[in-house]
Amino acid sequence: MAEASTHPAANPAALRAPEPPARGAADPMRPRRFRIARLRRELADTFTLELEPLDGAGMHFKPGQFNMLYVFGVGEVPISISGDPADPSVLVHTTRAVGTVTNAMNRLKAGQSIGIRGPFGTHWPAEAAHGDDVLIVAGGIGLAPLRPLIHTVLAERDRFGKVLILYGARTPEDILFTRELKAWRGRFDMSVHVTVDRATGAWNGHVGVVTRLIKMGGFDPGNTSAFVCGPEAMMRFCLTALAEKGVREERMFISMERNMKCAVGVCGHCQWGGHFVCRDGPVFRFDKVADIFRVWEL
Amino acid sequence: MVQVEGLETLLENHPFFEGFDADTLALLAGCGVNERFGPGDYVFHEGSDADKVYIVRHGTVSIEAKVPGLDRVSLQTLQEDDVLGWSSLVTPYRYTFDARAVSLLRVVSLDAACLRKKFEADHELGYLVLNRVVAMMAERLQAARLQMLDLYQPKGGQM
Repeated sequence: MAEASTHPAANPAALRAPEPPARGAADPMRPRRFRIARLRRELADTFTLELEPLDGAGMHFKPGQFNMLYVFGVGEVPISISGDPADPSVLVHTTRAVGTVTNAMNRLKAGQSIGIRGPFGTHWPAEAAHGDDVLIVAGGIGLAPLRPLIHTVLAERDRFGKVLILYGARTPEDILFTRELKAWRGRFDMSVHVTVDRATGAWNGHVGVVTRLIKMGGFDPGNTSAFVCGPEAMMRFCLTALAEKGVREERMFISMERNMKCAVGVCGHCQWGGHFVCRDGPVFRFDKVADIFRVWEL
Repeated sequence: MVQVEGLETLLENHPFFEGFDADTLALLAGCGVNERFGPGDYVFHEGSDADKVYIVRHGTVSIEAKVPGLDRVSLQTLQEDDVLGWSSLVTPYRYTFDARAVSLLRVVSLDAACLRKKFEADHELGYLVLNRVVAMMAERLQAARLQMLDLYQPKGGQM
């Protein structure tokens, strides 16, 4: 326990991101206009927007934080930032079209504008994992909020032990960021394992749930920080598998998804037990929320 | 004799047999032989007599079903440290799916009739091994249930 208490992750405040830049901090409820510089189709229902601020001021953010994206005349949704934190000039959001607002967003074209509030929320504490093996476990679209963390870890590669990405998707056709995953797998200083729930034909990779990749190991459980993002049920089983491997709860970090509206901890839409996910999350150190993580009514 | 000693070591190094004593490993190794399969080779077919348990040492094997219109569907892949072919230890001793080597596959195959005979003669040995088999089946059942949940399926909503 003594070791745990000296670990940087022992301080929950370390997860709290710095205040947004002055322009956003002035009125967090007022969106800034961004122009869609590029729109990239990732999957049949998933797309990436590359956004440039019309006011010229870039957006500094930390891995794991989110923005409120406003499709004018339709509505506003919380979307994690999926770009590189080292490049504040381009804001990147990868989104799956699942509802009214995101479907409207999917119909936008390059050159059109969108409203942005943020960045909001806590971040993946890469700094807490210095000296540790880094285990990044993603499921489905959950790879998008982890992508900035991967960029950050690779930018400071020497500060970490082994770096592993374990990614689960529905089918081979649903694998996100294929080109980047291949590039990361081609590096000599990290491991990337991808599994799909089902496959037909020419797929020669892993088939099975992502928890099986955790059981394959390849990391030092006692000195590993694990960052997990995906559907809640997937995270639940992953956290169990990580604990069985010997990874400590205070070294596990999850990102929660809730119905965030105001994004500043006022409206209460995203209340989760004693937490507002928009303000106290979306990234939580698991031991801080373990007691409510399996309570369905929350 | 040399080969049997080699098999004992291979079994000893496999997680499935972790904690087994030397005498037990020797007893089990007496039912074993080394085998290899090339990429694309079938290890066994659905419905065939289940006569071997395969201790995977190297490579990947896909457990598959043939589905009309979809050719073959891979349900799960197993790698080194896994065990393939538990059907050979459970009546009616028939494989329930195809198993196809995805890459070069090296295994220790244990003759199931030989194993079952030893289990009948030594129930303690039978319990020891089947206890591990049940744990493995439980893990596969949980994985299959998770796959059934189709967790990554898009959910509709206001967003």
